[in-house]
Amino acid sequence: MATVMQRIVKPKTQAAKRALDVRSPKLEENDKVAMFIKGGHTSETITQVLKELYLLKKPNAITFKRKNIMRPFDDQSSIEFFSQKNDSSLFLFGSHSKKRPNNLVLGRLYDHHVLDMVELGVVHFRSMQDFPTEKIAMGTKPCLVFEGEAFEQDHEHRRLKSLLIDFFRGVKANNVRLQGLEHVLQFTAIDGKVMVMSYKVLLKKSGSRTPRVELTEIGPALDLEVRRTRLASDDLYKKACKKPKKGKPRKVKNVKTDVFGAKMGRVHMERQDFSKLQTRKMKGLKRQAPSNKENAKKAKTESSEPTAEES
Amino acid sequence: MVALFPLKSVIIIIIIIMATVEDVLESVTQSQASKYKTIEVQKDIEPQLDLGNLLTVDQNPLDLKKLRGDKEAYLKSQARDNTQLLFNAIWKLPTERVEEAICVKLPETTTVLPREKPIPKAKLQTKWEQYALLKGIQKRKKGRMVWDEEAKDWRPRWGYKRANDETKDWVIEVPGNADPNEDQFEKRMKAKKERVAKNELQRLRNIARGTKSKVPGVGLTPTEKPSKEEVGLALHLAKKSTASLGKFTEKLPKEKEAKHVGKKRKFEPAIGDFKKEKEQQLNIINVMENKKPKMDITKAVNRVMTEVDQEASSDDRRKRAGKVKNRRGPPRKKGSGGFGKKGKAGKGKGAKGMGGKGKGMGGKGKGKGKGR
Repeated sequence: MATVMQRIVKPKTQAAKRALDVRSPKLEENDKVAMFIKGGHTSETITQVLKELYLLKKPNAITFKRKNIMRPFDDQSSIEFFSQKNDSSLFLFGSHSKKRPNNLVLGRLYDHHVLDMVELGVVHFRSMQDFPTEKIAMGTKPCLVFEGEAFEQDHEHRRLKSLLIDFFRGVKANNVRLQGLEHVLQFTAIDGKVMVMSYKVLLKKSGSRTPRVELTEIGPALDLEVRRTRLASDDLYKKACKKPKKGKPRKVKNVKTDVFGAKMGRVHMERQDFSKLQTRKMKGLKRQAPSNKENAKKAKTESSEPTAEES
Repeated sequence: MVALFPLKSVIIIIIIIMATVEDVLESVTQSQASKYKTIEVQKDIEPQLDLGNLLTVDQNPLDLKKLRGDKEAYLKSQARDNTQLLFNAIWKLPTERVEEAICVKLPETTTVLPREKPIPKAKLQTKWEQYALLKGIQKRKKGRMVWDEEAKDWRPRWGYKRANDETKDWVIEVPGNADPNEDQFEKRMKAKKERVAKNELQRLRNIARGTKSKVPGVGLTPTEKPSKEEVGLALHLAKKSTASLGKFTEKLPKEKEAKHVGKKRKFEPAIGDFKKEKEQQLNIINVMENKKPKMDITKAVNRVMTEVDQEASSDDRRKRAGKVKNRRGPPRKKGSGGFGKKGKAGKGKGAKGMGGKGKGMGGKGKGKGKGR
């Protein structure tokens, strides 16, 4: 069904309708969410790798607590089911076995069907805790650097590059705060291996307006070797990359600019009973009931009388 | 005493002082320049930048010696250089101030990445929408509040505490022609249910038309509680819908063969009206001999009318630049109106004339005459 309106069974609540709208195909899509899944057997390295990459991908990431016995290269239905349920289109599956030690399967889906999958082996791993420097805030959009001729020449590496960009690029942003460009992820391809390094950016003064860049290594450092790949056929990939014709830009309602250039809008409030507004309590101004008033007066006069007598 | 200094020496002293001042200034600027490290980066092949994604792709070959030597330092220096280039490009973009922070407006991404979900298909027009487009009927937005005469207040048009709520009537007048024992309240509820069911049916029909699936006839559309006859009809049709038209579908052990189900075909008696039979046979021969092609006037007229309507609506849509809210339809052109009238008259005659097999030719003749 194209839209919520065209469903055979219409949603009965507004919340359900909104939830369906979020998950429906759109012209401008949501940011891709990644699933971090653990396989039947995992090693400490792999669990740590999954944890740290999850922190890099937060908040557009879901981590699965339990172990899931599945083999992505043999049967993709599990992953497709998870993708359907969680509405996510990227996944990172970690497992460990004698034949494939410290295995990571990085993949993406199109229309809840597996598009590309690349199996990477973690040869060497240095955790974030091994670098005693100050870290960066969660959700920072990283700058990506790809080095090595393989990323342009080899077909598999080219797809891997596209997959890595898709995975690590973060939210789609139009404006970026200049001081907020703090994170750099570097991917280097050297004879079948991919080195992943993560740095924090320090901006130093230079003679001109553009600052001088200095880097300190912070995050996880991975040495990955490319094992198996399952890439989508060229026509499926082309179909997935198709760009829609841009629709009409949405009208912004309720915003006007007056003669002086000030931006105006209307705020619609519900009806308020002004006599029952919650304001600051000033005890002295409190209106007392007449009986209370009399008692208060009596109490005052009584208290004052003995003092008068005393004096 | 003061004037004893010769002028020449004074000039020389001044020149010396100026020279030293210049030297001092130069040294100061030099030290300042060397204080800050350069932001220039030298690369053999210019890295490709995708500013929308904050991406740098460096295709320069890597120095394997350095990699084998001190890998981390080399990679860090490479990363630093590439990030410097990226930042140089970013700092050249136009900036704007957004709430105490200087932001830079990033351009569109240039890397082609696959989508998450397929591109949504355009919504298909419902039957009403097609008709409205054809006739140029504009949607009129109805307000939420309506004046309620009974309550003398503004009430919502629909929903909780709505105006003119029929369900809240505790008295319903029995109309003059109605059965006195009929439950009017029950009648109202049934009518409402029927309206709801009809709306649902039409909505499903619109969807089915969109997905190009076959729309079943009225007898088979799903209802919540089908009656015995409806179930019987559905069963009969299901049994019949096989390649051999139900000849070999097995009956259940205790199932009785249903009689009088489905459309009844009418046949004329074999020996009956002789006059009628003679006319029919002669008409067939006339049709075969007729050199002019057989024309279905109603169809032709309808076709022309729709074409004219479509033209009119498309013309008017082009003319109308802005929004015009209260417009019923395009102004009827004289030509179309005239033709429409003629066409209608012709259609009427044609339709009337075409009733019955025997009178087919005669009717057509009449229709043609009037149409011209």
